[in-house]
Amino acid sequence: MSLTPTQIETIAGLARLALKPEEIPVYTESLGRILGLVGELAQADTGNIEPLAHPLAGQVQRLRPDEITSGNGRDIYQRNAPQVEAGLYLVPRVIE
Amino acid sequence: MAAATLAQLAAGLASRKYSSVELTREALARVEKSQPILNSLVSVTAESALAAAVVADQQLADGKGGPLTGVPMIHKDIFCTEGVLTTCGSKMLSNFVAPYDATVVSRLKAAGMVMVGKANMDEFAMGSSNETSFYGPVKNPWDLTRVPGGSSGGSAAAVAARLAPLATATDTGGSIRQPAALCGVTGIKPTYGRVSRYGMIAFASSLDQGGVITVSAEDSALTLRAIAGFDPRDSTSVDVPVPDYVATLNAPLAGMKIGILKEFFGEGLAAEIEKPVREALEVLTKLGAVVKEVSLPSLPLSVPTYYVVAPAECSSNLARFDGVRFGHRCENPKDLADLYQRSRAEGFGTEVKRRIMTGTYVLSAGYYDAYYIKAQKVRALINNDFLRAFGEVDLLLGPTTPTVAFPLGDKTSDPITMYLNDIYTIGANLAGLPAMSIPAGFAGGLPVGVQLIGPHFGEAKLLNAAHRFQQETGWHLQSPPGYATGFAP
Repeated sequence: MSLTPTQIETIAGLARLALKPEEIPVYTESLGRILGLVGELAQADTGNIEPLAHPLAGQVQRLRPDEITSGNGRDIYQRNAPQVEAGLYLVPRVIE
Repeated sequence: MAAATLAQLAAGLASRKYSSVELTREALARVEKSQPILNSLVSVTAESALAAAVVADQQLADGKGGPLTGVPMIHKDIFCTEGVLTTCGSKMLSNFVAPYDATVVSRLKAAGMVMVGKANMDEFAMGSSNETSFYGPVKNPWDLTRVPGGSSGGSAAAVAARLAPLATATDTGGSIRQPAALCGVTGIKPTYGRVSRYGMIAFASSLDQGGVITVSAEDSALTLRAIAGFDPRDSTSVDVPVPDYVATLNAPLAGMKIGILKEFFGEGLAAEIEKPVREALEVLTKLGAVVKEVSLPSLPLSVPTYYVVAPAECSSNLARFDGVRFGHRCENPKDLADLYQRSRAEGFGTEVKRRIMTGTYVLSAGYYDAYYIKAQKVRALINNDFLRAFGEVDLLLGPTTPTVAFPLGDKTSDPITMYLNDIYTIGANLAGLPAMSIPAGFAGGLPVGVQLIGPHFGEAKLLNAAHRFQQETGWHLQSPPGYATGFAP
């Protein structure tokens, strides 16, 4: 399985990663090789097999009642934010 | 004996041979001395450690101490620690001060343990050599020119160098067991869901599991008992009672059926690894275990399965790092897209970006069925193989790694070669099984680990076999030349 530099640029776009031009051939090569490795999966006979997302049989995603269980931690959480103002996260202008 | 294990250290504390403050000062002094050489820590928390030690000493004096009270320890820097830098080995989180404690952290805090620092690790736990860390590689204390393994390389190196008797760790594809093997220490990855993932920074959520690295299986039992158990804050935490792992450590092994994994003893396994692993099997046989060869025909597909499932989950989990609410933000973004793309490109290292892109590709339209669904089906085959095997045997045994610790820089240029280091450990993650690595001898002066894999929630059996083995061999008590043999001042 090989990938083209154009495909790598598309994947990087989907993943929201700004690659430098010199990184493109590097990832083209290594992702191609990784896909070669995972290509071995094609040989497995999985005809009647259900996909397994959770290793423990019978476990289902547990839900909890929609109740407030903790206080408002906004100020604490926003200490890690790159830019805030009046309790709001700031980003570059989206609408002109 | 200079308190060679956590259990011995705790006994010394209980009998007032030394105080927690003395132990904490000793651990901090060792950390300070080793840090320029090993680089096993990202942060040292001297001030809060000494304050916690004072509280622990008071609890011990009041007769309110537990079996872990006052013992110094280190957390892998993947666990959120309230008010303390939590980097996950990444530039992305190099400025992130966790707003709350992970459940593993709060439970060990409640048990009276004293955190002296946070361990270095591969960036976002993606790596097998600790060379992808933003904070630089960790050195293996047995040979400073070699890697400690990864991703919990800092945790394994710190325990091997006897900085502290416990370091927490996490294992997505072998990240507890592989570094434990390469550094000559004991490591256990519990059953998926056994230890809460709350506050443990996510890499691949269906595979990630927290555990411990210690000197002995007894120490693993003591500390796992404290961190295991249901947590309503982790929706994948399993509500199964935690047995007393310590109480069954000495159970006789007579009649225990140990399966030797045929697929693990083929091509690619170094002879110098195979020899001690086979000798370990002989020790267990002498203790009464019965050996049976077991074949898991789908197991050889575990590496390709993992390199679809793990990157897919990683690409999804790491989408949260967008430069808006926390983490690295690029300078002067011209618009929102530029903010996302440059913050992520600057904040993540090469291997993390590689895995995000691999995951993005296998989940993208047109490839989802061929890669992701196919991998989940093969994962089911591997899981079925294991379930079948555990119908016949109590535990499975094999090597932890194909080779001993390799030289720094040896495998950084080729991701596939690096990925194949985890060939023996990944299966247990895919099937959610508990597994351990314990020291089994040396090859050319470097430690060799033997791996034990148990059925779901079979931690007690694993720890029992490992403990009995360690009572016979003493390999786990070997420490690297130039480092202390125990933890006491």
